[in-house]
Amino acid sequence: MTTGPGDFTERAGDQAYHVRPYRPPVNLLWWLRRRTYLFFVLRELSCLAVAWAVLFLMLLVRGVGEGGDAYAQYVAWARMPWVVVLNVVALAFLVLHAITWFNLTPAATVVRLRGQRVPPAVIAGSAYAGWVVVSALIAWVVLRQ
Amino acid sequence: MAERATRSGRTAEPILWLLFSAGGVAAALFLPVLVFIFGLAMPLGWLAPGSDHLHGVLANPLTLLVLFGLCVLSLFHWAQRFRYTLIDGLKLKGYQRLINIGCYTVAVIGSSTVAVMLWQVR
Repeated sequence: MTTGPGDFTERAGDQAYHVRPYRPPVNLLWWLRRRTYLFFVLRELSCLAVAWAVLFLMLLVRGVGEGGDAYAQYVAWARMPWVVVLNVVALAFLVLHAITWFNLTPAATVVRLRGQRVPPAVIAGSAYAGWVVVSALIAWVVLRQ
Repeated sequence: MAERATRSGRTAEPILWLLFSAGGVAAALFLPVLVFIFGLAMPLGWLAPGSDHLHGVLANPLTLLVLFGLCVLSLFHWAQRFRYTLIDGLKLKGYQRLINIGCYTVAVIGSSTVAVMLWQVR
């Protein structure tokens, strides 16, 4: 007998029965059925923007590291319309990732201070404050002359 | 996850989840501003930091270290989310083992490439 995930054995008296619960088939496009499902899938797909950002940063690092012609080539490539459009889309997904991530922080982290639980809004607020500080710091490091 | 159980009976899942979380935080804090500056503001001419200045910033060991941590954690964050997107989103539970191996192989190769590229900066 073949067994699948979710199968279990039920015993009644001396008899053992192999039970396979009925699971209705799920359509491949299940995530289009509701807005919350679609939002969930978009959030999960933000990981592709994260991977793209790493790749893009590494091309930047190569260009800046080698300098001269390599840097000029990188700049010309980064100015190509499809690269700019891809970066706009990636940025939208990265912001989606950041917002959903920071909003979930209070659910994942319970902080106690002198026996009192720190309110979720304070934890989420600190996460957003950290985002602003890190962003400002990076902008300052990159742009100060 | 019984599929990922190692010979000793323990699984790598807790470590992978930890890397996923750390990568999620790092990506959320660092990547939007970096993609905005280098992917949008500079190509569109809104900002124009000089290449010598950028090279100076990049050559700083602290920058290299931060970039290395950010990229490695981000790649492992990607691997965790992407494998579940494939397994649940596209209903590929039957290929779970193959997908897991594939995603983490990409993350490990990617991390090594990042290390080599950052090492070459001088």
